Amino acid sequence: MTHVTHRELMPGVRLTAVQTDKFKTNLLSVSLLAPISEETASANALLPYVLRRGTERCPDMETLSAALDELYGGSIEPMVRKKGETQAVGFAASFVDDAFAPGDTRILESAAGLLGDVLLRPAVSGGRFLAEYVEGERANLVDRIHAQINEKRSYSILRLTQEMCAGEPYGVDKLGDEAHAAAITVEGLWKRYQSLLACAPVELYYCGSAGEERVAAALTSALAGLPRAEELEEPECGVQTGAVGDAPRLFTESMDVTQGKLALGFRTGGGCIWSEDYPALLVCNAVYGGTPTSKLFLNVREKLSLCYFASSMLEKFKGIMMVSSGIEFQNYEKAKDEILAQLENCRGGNIEAWELEGAKRSIISGLYATMDAQGRLEDFWLGQSVAGLAETPEELSRRVETVTVDEVVAAAGKLELDAIYFLKGLED
Amino acid sequence: MVSKEYSRIGETLHHAELENGLHIYVDVKPEFSKSFAFFATNYGGMDMRFKLKGEWHDTPAGVAHFLEHKMFDTKDGNALQDLAANGASPNAFTSTAITGYYFESTEKFEENLKILLSFVSVPWFTKESVDKEQGIIGQEIRMIEDDPENQVFYGMLEALYEHNPVRASIAGTVESIAEITAETLYACHAAFYNPGNMTLCVAGNVDPRRVCEIAREVLPKEGLRDIPRDYGGEEPEQAFRPETVQEMAVSTPIFQLGWKADPAPLGEEHMRRQFIGELCCEAVFGTSTPLYASLYSRGLVNNNFSYGYEAYPGCAMLTVGGESRDPWALREAIAAEAARIGREGIGQELWDRLKKAAYGGRVRALNSFENICVGLAQSHFTGEEFFRFPEVFEGISKSDVEDCVRRWMSPERTALSVVKPKGEKV
Repeated sequence: MTHVTHRELMPGVRLTAVQTDKFKTNLLSVSLLAPISEETASANALLPYVLRRGTERCPDMETLSAALDELYGGSIEPMVRKKGETQAVGFAASFVDDAFAPGDTRILESAAGLLGDVLLRPAVSGGRFLAEYVEGERANLVDRIHAQINEKRSYSILRLTQEMCAGEPYGVDKLGDEAHAAAITVEGLWKRYQSLLACAPVELYYCGSAGEERVAAALTSALAGLPRAEELEEPECGVQTGAVGDAPRLFTESMDVTQGKLALGFRTGGGCIWSEDYPALLVCNAVYGGTPTSKLFLNVREKLSLCYFASSMLEKFKGIMMVSSGIEFQNYEKAKDEILAQLENCRGGNIEAWELEGAKRSIISGLYATMDAQGRLEDFWLGQSVAGLAETPEELSRRVETVTVDEVVAAAGKLELDAIYFLKGLED
Repeated sequence: MVSKEYSRIGETLHHAELENGLHIYVDVKPEFSKSFAFFATNYGGMDMRFKLKGEWHDTPAGVAHFLEHKMFDTKDGNALQDLAANGASPNAFTSTAITGYYFESTEKFEENLKILLSFVSVPWFTKESVDKEQGIIGQEIRMIEDDPENQVFYGMLEALYEHNPVRASIAGTVESIAEITAETLYACHAAFYNPGNMTLCVAGNVDPRRVCEIAREVLPKEGLRDIPRDYGGEEPEQAFRPETVQEMAVSTPIFQLGWKADPAPLGEEHMRRQFIGELCCEAVFGTSTPLYASLYSRGLVNNNFSYGYEAYPGCAMLTVGGESRDPWALREAIAAEAARIGREGIGQELWDRLKKAAYGGRVRALNSFENICVGLAQSHFTGEEFFRFPEVFEGISKSDVEDCVRRWMSPERTALSVVKPKGEKV
């Protein structure tokens, strides 16, 4: 059986604990939440990587890795995520459940202790981070921002987001940008660290066989010494309901590639995780382009062979839907027209019973599968916590079940094309 | 059906061999809501030359992958849609040595299993559909050719191997797939997609007897058991070429460094070699070695760093890849450390914790039904007992690994592949 509990361990420190013996491993995560902004995004994104370099007790990667090896190959991974306009930075730790480690070992307490050390007790010199760690990780962060260009599909979505939401916090990437990243100093990063520790709401998460009390005790002891300010900085998310301009804005870029990438961004007219029609919006996205039985997949990709891939996805916090496709350069107009024509089909109620059913089954199946996968479940609950919601995957799937065609048509009717991004080849 | 308990890792496995030669493995997981079914054939990108009914066939690169795409077509439509309409997430992959079709579903498992077994075992190809697929796969090949990670990996394989078909791209080339006809596909399906050359592996909240009943009901009654293949004779121990360099639109150079290991015999030794190979990597440049820490602080590697051991018919290799500002300096540093370990051995303390960590890693992988089912299938084809890994693992000694570092990680067996940024790019 799976049992989910929520409680506050300290001011602004919330624990979501999922007790289950389904898994071979335990997952423990800690996330500091901050409003995403150009000024702080890169420094926030850098922090977990610098902290992961060494603690007071394990001051370098080798000793830290050795400590993790002793936990039967445990891991503590830096996590940098964006949930709407909230940046969540921290760590996810994964380690073998006591039941599957040879002998009589209590791994949870050791793992929580190590996680607490990584977050709160870094290796320091002169009361600051080690310059070597900051400089090394800063260079890695700059490289990582650079490397976003390597995978062209995700790059096209990133670029669409930046252009479409320029001026909104959502336009800031979870890693920030190169200029701000390159300008981070040891002093500045230390200040950011102190400020986050004091002011950021903290989300803790556990999934594994241990009971809530044991988890709460282990984490309370591991996080002893976490400073807490009087006023915490609770991030929020602004939902822009309609398109920014009168006509869709077009952004193009040329690069040495053999396949074009076309991405389209829509505003949902206010539909988002908090709105009553959220389940209808989920189904609408699935019918349109979210599954292998969707209109985009079956028509644009399979029937017309216009794309190698064409799919849509929903940004549930921000109220944005994006279509992503890979096309031959010369098919730009044809592919765009067909992608939009399929949306008109949704708006016009041209949705067959099997399409609606397939869409629902895919979402519901995805929600159930989330409960069977530790990492996905953690990400689901982080999203819920950021949104201030306690709805479980089962509860959400029951709402999805009742969605009607009319509700899907209504959700589709509110979609408004705001921006187009096209990555094409070099002209020669 | 026989069931066996593996108490050390908390798994119970049911196994049956049907009259047609199909082996079925079912790992029952009552506490999960999803189920996963994996139907695989011992046929992959490297199986290009084979003997069917007394006659040798030579097929172009990319047939196994092409076939995988076309299998979803049925006489009445498309199986992908049928499965997706049931809320299942279906998919398939073609690797070097196997092709697998699978779905994950939380509802209607039996119905979905019938669809899976049926579309994979009943071929339906027409000239029209093959022509159309050439366009779609042509696009996919272009996408692969744009992908630096893929290019750098094949660059390494082409440098390591002289003729073993592992070096050919699984998807083929635009030219090679142009040679594929409906007849090619029917011949390869007849050879490799018969129950005697396949296995069905299931994990989830299912009744193992029903899995067997459904397989008996849907699949052909007879199967061929042995399909001889030709991988072009033994490879020399040395790498074919020491390095290969390409230029692409990347920001930081990416690299793959490979070592030609000895081909692994089938059976339990295959699994032993897998562990030994992985521990060779862990001991020389793994993320908890002193070398990795020093490479990391010198900026020669970053978090994008992965390594492992891979074994295929007629070949096996150690590989490491990622991003590096100077892949050549990296190669030198790794070669020096391998030579040092060859002389001085692995420190006892490092060895003890590497072994603990590697064991935990194996246990951790069992969280994923996909890992379990793919692992069961691959182990079946290579004659291993997948869940016996704790026992096999215990039997591996420090000197087993040191011997292989000495033998495999020598300069003559090494090839470096680099994709570096194009001229003007930053």
